[in-house]
Amino acid sequence: MSDVLLPSAELAYSAPDAAGFYGPYGGTFVPETVIPALAELAAAYVEATADPAFTAEYEYLLADYVGRPTPLYRADRLAAAVGLGTVWLKREDLNHTGAHKINNTIGQCLLARRMGKKRVIAETGAGQHGVATATTAALLGLECAVFMGTEDIRRQALNVYKMRLLGAEVVPVAEGSGTLADAVTAALRHWVERVEDTFYVIGSVVGPHPYPAMVRDFQSVIGTETIAQLASKGVGRVDAVVACVGGGSNAIGMFYPFLRDVPADKRPVLIGAEAAGLGLETTKHGAALTKGAPGVMHGFYSYLLQDDAGNPLEAYSISAGLDYPGVGPEHSFLKDEGLVRYEGVTDGEALQAFALLTGTEGIIPAIESSHALALLPRLAAELGPDGVVVVNVSGRGDKDMDIVREAGLGG
Amino acid sequence: MGERREAPSRLTAAFPADRAALITYLMAGYPDRETSLASLRAATRAGADVIELGVPFGDPLADGPVIAGAAKVAREQAGGFGLAESIALAAELIADSESAHMPPLVLMTYLNPLMRFGLPRAAEAVRVAGIAGVIVPDMPPEAAGPWLAVSAGLDTIFLAAPTSTDERLAVVAATSVGFLYCVSATGVTGERAEMAEGLEVLVARIKAHTELPIAVGFGVSTPEQAAEVSRIADGVIVGSAIVKRQCDSAEVEGFVRSLRVAMDGS
Repeated sequence: MSDVLLPSAELAYSAPDAAGFYGPYGGTFVPETVIPALAELAAAYVEATADPAFTAEYEYLLADYVGRPTPLYRADRLAAAVGLGTVWLKREDLNHTGAHKINNTIGQCLLARRMGKKRVIAETGAGQHGVATATTAALLGLECAVFMGTEDIRRQALNVYKMRLLGAEVVPVAEGSGTLADAVTAALRHWVERVEDTFYVIGSVVGPHPYPAMVRDFQSVIGTETIAQLASKGVGRVDAVVACVGGGSNAIGMFYPFLRDVPADKRPVLIGAEAAGLGLETTKHGAALTKGAPGVMHGFYSYLLQDDAGNPLEAYSISAGLDYPGVGPEHSFLKDEGLVRYEGVTDGEALQAFALLTGTEGIIPAIESSHALALLPRLAAELGPDGVVVVNVSGRGDKDMDIVREAGLGG
Repeated sequence: MGERREAPSRLTAAFPADRAALITYLMAGYPDRETSLASLRAATRAGADVIELGVPFGDPLADGPVIAGAAKVAREQAGGFGLAESIALAAELIADSESAHMPPLVLMTYLNPLMRFGLPRAAEAVRVAGIAGVIVPDMPPEAAGPWLAVSAGLDTIFLAAPTSTDERLAVVAATSVGFLYCVSATGVTGERAEMAEGLEVLVARIKAHTELPIAVGFGVSTPEQAAEVSRIADGVIVGSAIVKRQCDSAEVEGFVRSLRVAMDGS
């Protein structure tokens, strides 16, 4: 049947509730100072998305500035190499600035401008969200500051330079391990101080309500396009859809339309790849869903890598974008409900997948996206040689050249 | 049993009718257990009306560099200082001082240590230690249901901020027990050169919603500022400026005394 993936009339999936809870997860756990700003943001977001002019400008910029729709590419040499029937790659790496992040920054920066805020701030790990925010701020004439851990500044010097070229101030964060979690904390603290004139552009489906829902909605263009592209290509059956999960925005952007629009009995298996770092049996990973316990960090309740006293632990991954001890609250809900499966992928497996896609298709993926690609051999074992899998290639790998060179790829 | 106000609040009673109360914040376990205990005793001797004891936490969203840095030192010592150790420290201080004047103690902790401990178990431990109440800066009233359901007999103090609308002030005032914590300025804890303008207006706006004493914190760092705030509010909370001196209990004692003198002379 070729209508398998067409939207269903029933909207069975309705998370979050009005208070921003996905089951027990999500919510608003922040100091009082920012509560009014979050309420203002939630109201402005609802109002903006009901305005056809706002949606039209968002869609126009995604089309003519970002370059959407991104292709859904059939990677036959990759499929043959891993032993699957068909592998479809959703090419988010072909977006302007090289990753899915800009889908969200365009939406949030348009909202900031609409709310009369002249200044935006952002956190960044790998630098992709920072570059996307700095880019969008330049496009819309907004002042921009990006908080970035000192360790990430070292690992991602090229993106730091890009942000500065784009006119953004890069604020180094030396606290903690100097990575993404510390940058989020620093940005939240700064926002508490400058809440009256500053809009905080969060880069993933994390943070207090309404951020997880808002970022999901802006990223859901990924899954919506994928479903339409599969239909227009006459693809009647997809067995699995996979994406990498750090905070989880590209994964939710891909999964949410499948959860919302595809009936459960016709829905492919949805799989999120978490960073297993040096191994799930070690302490060096970023697998909050697989190895964490529910807790509150950065204003929301979700699975969290934490110690016995409730302190967040430092996450580790070869990929700066997956190096986060928490995960978006909707993923915690989806895990508990059994609607999405989450698996760990080690640094080594991700590097192998990176090399495989590069060598078979001439596409150099981000090391984050390589975690999703690394599930393909496992899926071949599970689905057999007729298996049909969609992979979200969330970003391109230019930023990771130093890392893969240090890891010894390419000789 | 839903009768949280049955017993008169020890915290409310600690605000004298004729002068502003001094609330001193110290970080549990900083720089080590013994020194923090000595500094807590010093603050008590020097005339603190309420002791606010901070629980070291790894992601202190509402705190500036002084308190966040002290929390890191406390957490990183052997064994790690967390909620359990902080409650035990409070219990020792309270038991110790039973004969002498011991001001009521309020615990300032982020939400996740309470959740990790288990809310019912945490509430019980806090009660048994003799602690009068808690301040949880990342738990706004809307998120407080699970805690309030298990914390009978403890005061829970909520925060009001300069950004709070009148509607929110009404919610915060209606949920708070013991006193109300007025955040003097947007931003995190830490010293500021000048107190924010409009503090008087903010305190008056809060007063319209509550009979509870109103204590002002965030940024009060000198005796002059403490005196200034004491003319506006029912209580003055001093944190970072004390924690900065917490490695030397004699210095804490002298500083707290100077705050007291400045406030009483105003």
